[in-house]
Amino acid sequence: MTYEPVIGLEIHAQLTTQSKMFCGCSTKFEQAPNSSICPVCLGLPGVLPVVNKKAVEYGMLTALALNCRIVPHNIFARKNYFYPDLPKGYQVSQYEQPLAQKGFVQLEINGRSQRIGINRVHLEEDAGKLLHQNSKDNKVSWVDFNRTGIPLMEIVSEPDIFSAEAAKAFMVKLRDIMAYIGVCDCNMEEGSLRCDANVSIRRVGEKELGVKAEVKNMNSFRFLQRALEYEIERQVAELEAGGRIIQETRLWDEAKGITVSMRSKEEAHDYRYFPEPDLVPVMVEEGWVERLSKTLPELPDEKRTRFISQYQLPAYDAGVLTSSRELADYFENCAKLFAEYKMLSNWIMGELLRELKQQGVDIKRCPVNPENLANMLKLIQQGVISGKIAKQVFEEMYRTGATAQDIVKAKGLEQITDTQQILSIIDQVIQQNPDSVAAYKAGKTRIIGFLIGQVMQLSRGKANPQVLNKLLADRLKDQK
Amino acid sequence: MSQEEKSNKISIEEVDYIARLSRLKMKPADKPVMQQQLSRILDYIEKLNKLDTENVAPTTHILPLGNVFREDEAKASLSPEAALENAPDKEGSFFRVPRVIE
Repeated sequence: MTYEPVIGLEIHAQLTTQSKMFCGCSTKFEQAPNSSICPVCLGLPGVLPVVNKKAVEYGMLTALALNCRIVPHNIFARKNYFYPDLPKGYQVSQYEQPLAQKGFVQLEINGRSQRIGINRVHLEEDAGKLLHQNSKDNKVSWVDFNRTGIPLMEIVSEPDIFSAEAAKAFMVKLRDIMAYIGVCDCNMEEGSLRCDANVSIRRVGEKELGVKAEVKNMNSFRFLQRALEYEIERQVAELEAGGRIIQETRLWDEAKGITVSMRSKEEAHDYRYFPEPDLVPVMVEEGWVERLSKTLPELPDEKRTRFISQYQLPAYDAGVLTSSRELADYFENCAKLFAEYKMLSNWIMGELLRELKQQGVDIKRCPVNPENLANMLKLIQQGVISGKIAKQVFEEMYRTGATAQDIVKAKGLEQITDTQQILSIIDQVIQQNPDSVAAYKAGKTRIIGFLIGQVMQLSRGKANPQVLNKLLADRLKDQK
Repeated sequence: MSQEEKSNKISIEEVDYIARLSRLKMKPADKPVMQQQLSRILDYIEKLNKLDTENVAPTTHILPLGNVFREDEAKASLSPEAALENAPDKEGSFFRVPRVIE
């Protein structure tokens, strides 16, 4: 029997504001415990929360990028539950009338384009952080409320995702979009981007959804895919064995590579949402949306399409170069100075990205600026240095930040194109390798490669390969 | 008044459930009292259902206000000492609670 998985994702993105959602406490990461809290985020009696305008606009920008409809009159609500990381006894969130609804993301999965619906985008506040000590006799936990009240944006997808791979692709896409707009750091490992998944399976062809399990604790893109692959297999095995799926929350255990039931829920959650009386509605008129739309940057898909048409790049290159806004900017800054785009793309995707990755450096702090890279490429184009020497020059540029011209001059790396100079090296090599020359004349023409290598070595890699090839072939013919 | 009649819109089980959600311990003798009181509140609310609200937008707030915002500026917070001053239990700069782990 064949089953198909149906997956919906709930994403929590921490917004990159300076201050919290409803108070002025700083959102800086890794501050001393309980040093960024105040009466508002602690929920002390008599305080009045006030909405952070930037958080609302970040939410709206994201919603627009996800093709959502902004809800003109949206309100905050209290989600009531008791947990020690929640000082007020409720989380301020949005329930009915959220910030935005009904959007979509277009995905490319295995070469096929698929649309994944966005059910809603809403704003809420984060909870605090609980610390536990791993000891059985320990009777206490510790609470740090610094994170309490940090603005979160929740994005809920429709159950439109039909494989673990597609779930990962969707998540990567959301990450790219949010990183482009600059509303979230999007670091899953550090928790600024989190994801829960609702997973169910059904027989292929069936319309009705199966019973779902909620999978949590997937804190990287790779874990997300692995956890979902495991969970789908688990559910199929359960049904095949004649069992049934129970609605529950399961945690991904990366070390064991399995999902584990949390088993702790005695009854279904009953959050008793009601409108937050302390916060007045957010009213969004058309003008506001229009003003914000104008500030939306070019998004990854648009940029990729433009790179293909404007720079005549293959789709693959365009995809790599637009994987971040900073890398795309780097390429475009180089492209203004050097118009052989495919060659430029090759160098960026090859040498540059490899070096950055090896050193763990972000493109923002790339030691080779676009001008230097473009100038080096010009030297290749003008025949001043060979492509091979250029790699050496590039490494030097990366290491020292010097210009290609200076490196070439200081190290005497200019390509030798002068016929006389190359001929004299060729003659030297011919004299030193009579056996190889004889073999060549006897018909073993492939030995010319060895001779070219010898000339290159003597010229310290600087002989122009085209000139060398031609001169050597002619010279060998002349040998009687 | 007919309010004297026993109303039981809310069952004893529901009283238990609400008490649990509210983390309240109730004496058995108090439960029927609570059942009556909660039911009477529902009876009262029910009167609203008799009104025609066809053309009335749901009221979430009674103030004629919207879009009250603050700019995104970080301000000084409390010191950890001040923040923890009223904590029922603490350790160092942490609030301390009975062990919870899910």
